[in-house]
Amino acid sequence: MRDIAVVAFSQRQEAVINTESEVEFMVPLMNEAKDAVGLTQQEMGFTCSGSSDFLAGQAFSFVMTIDGTGPVPPISESHVEQDGAWALYEAWVKLQCGDIDTAFVYSYGKSSPGSLRDVLATQMDPYYVAPLWPDAFAIEAMAARQMLEQGVVSEQQLAEIASRSRAHAASNPHAVRTTPKSVDEILAEDYAMAPLRPSDLPASADGGAVIVLAADDKARELCDRPAWIRGIDHRSDAHTLGVRDLTTSMSARIAAEKAGVGDDKIDIAELHAPFSTSEAVLTKALGLGEGTVINPSGGAQAAHTMMASGLIRIGEAAQRISRGDADRAVATAASGPCLQQNLVAVLEGE
Amino acid sequence: MADEVLTAPLVLEYPFTRTTGPVIGGFLTGLREGVIHGVRRSDGTVMCPPLEYDPITAAPLSELVAVGTVGTVTTWTWNGEPRAQQPFTQPFAWAMITLDGADTPMLHAVFVDSTDDMATGMRVEVVWRDEREGHITDIAGFIPAVDSTTGEPAAMPSDVEQIQSVRTPIRMEYTYTPGRALSQYLRAMKDKRILGDKCPETGEVSVPPRGVSSVAGKPTLPELVDLPDTGYIESFNITRVPIKMRPDLTPPYVSAWIVLDGASVGFMGLGMNVEPEDVRVGMRVRAVWKPDDELEMSAQNILGWEPTGEPDEVITDYARVGRLEQGGGQ
Repeated sequence: MRDIAVVAFSQRQEAVINTESEVEFMVPLMNEAKDAVGLTQQEMGFTCSGSSDFLAGQAFSFVMTIDGTGPVPPISESHVEQDGAWALYEAWVKLQCGDIDTAFVYSYGKSSPGSLRDVLATQMDPYYVAPLWPDAFAIEAMAARQMLEQGVVSEQQLAEIASRSRAHAASNPHAVRTTPKSVDEILAEDYAMAPLRPSDLPASADGGAVIVLAADDKARELCDRPAWIRGIDHRSDAHTLGVRDLTTSMSARIAAEKAGVGDDKIDIAELHAPFSTSEAVLTKALGLGEGTVINPSGGAQAAHTMMASGLIRIGEAAQRISRGDADRAVATAASGPCLQQNLVAVLEGE
Repeated sequence: MADEVLTAPLVLEYPFTRTTGPVIGGFLTGLREGVIHGVRRSDGTVMCPPLEYDPITAAPLSELVAVGTVGTVTTWTWNGEPRAQQPFTQPFAWAMITLDGADTPMLHAVFVDSTDDMATGMRVEVVWRDEREGHITDIAGFIPAVDSTTGEPAAMPSDVEQIQSVRTPIRMEYTYTPGRALSQYLRAMKDKRILGDKCPETGEVSVPPRGVSSVAGKPTLPELVDLPDTGYIESFNITRVPIKMRPDLTPPYVSAWIVLDGASVGFMGLGMNVEPEDVRVGMRVRAVWKPDDELEMSAQNILGWEPTGEPDEVITDYARVGRLEQGGGQ
């Protein structure tokens, strides 16, 4: 196995970006990440992106965004209709093949032009579930009720998660929900989607992120303190809701074991947990304990950019390692209803 | 630019017709006849609604088992603001419901007045739609079960026509925003001006503008360039068959690739005021605009492109055209 690291990261998240098209807001982020390591597009061994045209209703938005990289002469490139964390995984595999030393990864989502809840309904089973147009939030709320009624978590604990997200987000310029709120204030909120309260739900955002990966000495050359990806794995639970135990996450637990989360102390965890309940599930599935700071950025609850939130978790974790704030971190990305699919990455400094 | 953001309604709508296969088709056939089926899994339990495979063991499954029309709510939430395509127009509960005789829950709607009428463990019964076609929405929803209701599986009539496919129409509504470059382009269109992108590194000009140079990967904003409404035809085709979605186009008509004077790449336009047989590569054309009082912020202001009568453009710069070797072609 080659040693592969995150060597650059850029991001932008705002509640609504309606002045710029996707490619218009991605180009500055792409150039920011390239400039940070002094590489041009033609020096990137591979480029992989993640997005979904259904979010903004912009046909071929993903092709227009490839234009933003400056793909002339033609570049080696691929796209996933997934969070950018899976684009990063594809790039990581490509780097492991050994014929390239750098990779350029980006993803973005602009959900504000449409109804995210409707768009997410279309990812459900097309015969039995999608024709009813269930709300993506409703499915999480049903999982939340099971967790509460089975004693897996309490409303107090959910409010503590939501309150901490807000507190951490206050110092994150890219977060959207940054107003602090105490646990009591959150518990006093009316239910949004019972038993979930407004603070338990993600703060929707438009935006995107870019990561540059590099291997071995190339990473050391490009970055003072690369964030080495020591383990990375992704797993998926069943598509059928009825056969899943929604109070837990088998896929996250197995991915965490394969990625080696439990092998040593974890300083910080950036979890792709859009809901308070998702964080409770992931913390348990990853076996995280007292010594770990959870979501120092405020996490995906404080700014949830579809298709980019997972990649941003990896970027946030990597940035803290590169800055020397942490030595060992874990980042997760999720996809599908109720954390159906999970990617877990362990990052370390040298 | 301090102008307010341009928006336009956008509807994305498409009908999906999906084939069902025998298991899902069997379930949907049952719904049409008022019978609900699950499928027996590898461990003997019954999964409802049924799949063709066991999600745990991956074994193929085929034995349909009729289950009851009464079941138990395993979890639920409240949908206070129903949207157009959901099962009910009044607020309702979403619930996971395990039907009697089944071992896994299914998602559906429960019609009650308020959350006070909902509880995990409550018993609910199916409300059938009057007109049934073999679709999950043949179940209109569920209501609290009356104590005496047993919901025994009904007998499945024999020799009924099997459901082979199901239509699941998708409709999503957007408020589209075009971004900076296209907003400038659309505003200029109202003044019969055509704007393009200019690459900051190569000087290449493209229309319509996207706000980015794909050659350099650099922003082209804030400066867009004005282009004349004249140019030449770089390529064209003649369409001789009607297209259902464009009843306004009467065959034969010409679709031409127009390169404006000063532009580096072309775009698609409609040939006008010319016989299709007379159109040729290199022909000089100018825009035919809508009358001034009909101009909008839209590229549809240009109705098409008509010959100017000038001598044809002599195309020699094949390197720019990019698809031919230098000196090739003519």
